[in-house]
Amino acid sequence: MKFLPGSRKVADLAGPDGSRARVRNSVVLAFLLLCLLAVISLFVGANALTISALMNDPQALQVLIISRIPRTAAVLLTGAALAVAGVIMQLLVRNKFVEPGTTGTNEAAMLGMLAATLLAPSMPVFGKMLVASVSALAGTAVFMLLARRIPPERPLLIPLAGLVYGGLLLACATFIAIQTDLLQYLGVWMSGEFSGILAGRYELLWLAGGLALLAYFAADQFTIAGLGRTVSMNLGLRYGQVLAFGIVTVSLVSALVVVTVGMLPFLGLVVPNLVSRIMGDNLRESLPVVAALGAGLLLICDILGRVLRFPYEIPAGTIFGIFGATVFLYLLLGRRSHA
Amino acid sequence: MIQVTNLSCGIASSPILKGIAASIPAGRVTALIGPNGAGKSTLLKLIAQQLTANSGSITLDGVEVSEIGARKLAQKMAVVAQHLTVASRVRVQDLIGFGRWPHSQGRLTAEDRAAIDDAIARFGLSALRQRFLDELSGGQRQRAFIAMAFAQDTDWLLLDEPLNNLDLHHARNLMSRLRSLAEDRGKSIVIVVHDLNYAISWSDHVVALKDGQVAFQGPVAETATAANLTDLYETPVAITQSDGRPFAQYHR
Repeated sequence: MKFLPGSRKVADLAGPDGSRARVRNSVVLAFLLLCLLAVISLFVGANALTISALMNDPQALQVLIISRIPRTAAVLLTGAALAVAGVIMQLLVRNKFVEPGTTGTNEAAMLGMLAATLLAPSMPVFGKMLVASVSALAGTAVFMLLARRIPPERPLLIPLAGLVYGGLLLACATFIAIQTDLLQYLGVWMSGEFSGILAGRYELLWLAGGLALLAYFAADQFTIAGLGRTVSMNLGLRYGQVLAFGIVTVSLVSALVVVTVGMLPFLGLVVPNLVSRIMGDNLRESLPVVAALGAGLLLICDILGRVLRFPYEIPAGTIFGIFGATVFLYLLLGRRSHA
Repeated sequence: MIQVTNLSCGIASSPILKGIAASIPAGRVTALIGPNGAGKSTLLKLIAQQLTANSGSITLDGVEVSEIGARKLAQKMAVVAQHLTVASRVRVQDLIGFGRWPHSQGRLTAEDRAAIDDAIARFGLSALRQRFLDELSGGQRQRAFIAMAFAQDTDWLLLDEPLNNLDLHHARNLMSRLRSLAEDRGKSIVIVVHDLNYAISWSDHVVALKDGQVAFQGPVAETATAANLTDLYETPVAITQSDGRPFAQYHR
């Protein structure tokens, strides 16, 4: 221990360092838990998999490589990316109750995907994905304009307006889908689940994970933007650019997830709120925890979905929806003053 | 020096500022006074580039403020807004740390850390440094934001009604701190105040606004007269002497 002049100074320094060490410990613990969950996920499913089988049976190895590893990776990437997208959205809108599911982003992505399927059915998935992303971007931008007109003293109005707006977009999508006999597509995009994930059919999610990682490099910018436009401008932050970068990230992540696994409501809302309560909104500290918790909770839901009605499956989105709605209600009723 | 020339702002039917000309001296404490709705906050926001004027110019040491650039300006000028609504949970010490953003862009050096610790100590926030902003009272939060601007360590410090939520202990402390920033470190302070006695006893210079125009401006001793202030607020103001200092009596 280095001695500094004045004992108060030492005490002052011990505080933040102590808490930082605590944070580091919990991050390490969370990471280990996540690894354990991932290993469990590899061995749970309709097709029994054991270590001895892996050694002797080439077919078991195939199951692992083609199905279990991609599925586990898909769940982790989705959970992490959605949680990160949620927290970015919350900081940029300056409202704790928004996420891609309450801002029309997901519904707009679906509309885009529907349009691409109808107008250019032979377009490769990546192209459709791009159309969905642009559509999600436009949908989110409209929501941001909408949210700006709502007085900040009424924080609950923003998610409500977003839900109504998303409902409108969904109604349009449903109408088009009924007219064109594409309703089953809509059903697939609306219910997030991982049973169909195989190698070769989930790789776009790595892009979502990459975007979440990229967002971490702008963690300070997002935190400052969360303090408002005035403070941001005072600190010389290019507020407009940060806003644009955030919205593009959120829209892309949402579109990628909706198209590959389907909508997973509440994840982007519940996870950041839980983390924010404990460690605040300084993303430099909290973003890794947000990502890890999002990945971990979704993986637990997916594993439960595989076990509860074995050998049938319950979609992870359904299980998370039940869990998320409960936590959402709790947050809504219990924390009004901090909204 | 900040030089404002022919500055207008607002829409034609309801102009907020009508062709203002004012100069704010460097190295001094300048009080921006005037009745509600006179355009004080608007002028401050225009200087800080948070609003765009319809016409006119604002120069800082001869350079047009709008041409300085966001990051450069943030190194020269810090602003504390009047309404500090916070929707996110950030710790006091992290907030004050963001005051160093214009200099370090997030990579805090030893110098930055010293500036942060100094600001925390000066504004009596040591006990609160680990607390989240949404757990503070209005006055404590205000002090945290002022400490952030202080840590920004700019030549110019603009504060919009910083005394609003402060008790008299912290209000006086803040004014004396601003005074010493100007006297000992040559900083320039611009402050919107409503309490005439704080304005008279701590500032060097006054810019008085009324109905979007400059009512009077100049050194406090010359301009803050009973007649001027009475006209400005359309309320009888008497200047008496108290302990050898001018004292504004307008309460009844």
